[in-house]
Amino acid sequence: MAVRVQTTDFDVAQEIAALRASDPRVGAVVTFIGTVRDVNADAQVLQMTLEHYPGMTEKALDAIVVQARQRFDIYDALVIHRVGELRPTDQIVLVAVTGAHRGAAFDACRFIIDYLKTEAPFWKKEQTPEGARWVDARTTDDEAVARWKTDTTT
Amino acid sequence: MNDTAIRHTLTVNVVYLARLREAFGSAGEPLQLATATATVNDVLTALASRGGAFATELAAGRAVRVAVNHTLVSREARVQQGDEVALLPPVTGG
Repeated sequence: MAVRVQTTDFDVAQEIAALRASDPRVGAVVTFIGTVRDVNADAQVLQMTLEHYPGMTEKALDAIVVQARQRFDIYDALVIHRVGELRPTDQIVLVAVTGAHRGAAFDACRFIIDYLKTEAPFWKKEQTPEGARWVDARTTDDEAVARWKTDTTT
Repeated sequence: MNDTAIRHTLTVNVVYLARLREAFGSAGEPLQLATATATVNDVLTALASRGGAFATELAAGRAVRVAVNHTLVSREARVQQGDEVALLPPVTGG
């Protein structure tokens, strides 16, 4: 289990290989990769700056991964989140989960990214042709995480 | 025990993040409260009483979350001498 906050890019293939290295129990690897879009809320995005709260961010990500491992039948999970200056098409975040079967791995991956988006202290500031602006939180993200709080099937 | 050392003020280190850092023109500061015990609410009230951007951003109903020593807490949580009290706007990572 690992969480990393870094300015540098990540190589998904290399990260997956390391995550499942010599673990013959693994039958499923599920990944989510978040990337920078060139349009948000009807404005063109030229560049984005991602800020975090060093110390707390790592702690919050750790707590989310611990929760996922308790809740779902998975073997391991990795979260990498980039900070600093990013441009459209750049990778922002990687969530990778290993398990014996796909069901728990898919659920855990989605659980982690849903919680990350509402609980982990990261903030996006976009540069648009009209100037810089802080991105507003989305109610759809709150709804996504609320689903896990009422869903007792898993 | 030396009873003369009883504290009558409380100083916490306030941290302003993202949009709040820009609105306040500061990344943070030591904040002294004139009481021996205080809650998160007392910290927010002291800051809001300065007026200006502090009053606007910390007005009732504004979505500001507070972390004490890197853990999210409620407005009723107690703060201790030397605590790091961070003010967080709604998060937008991922």
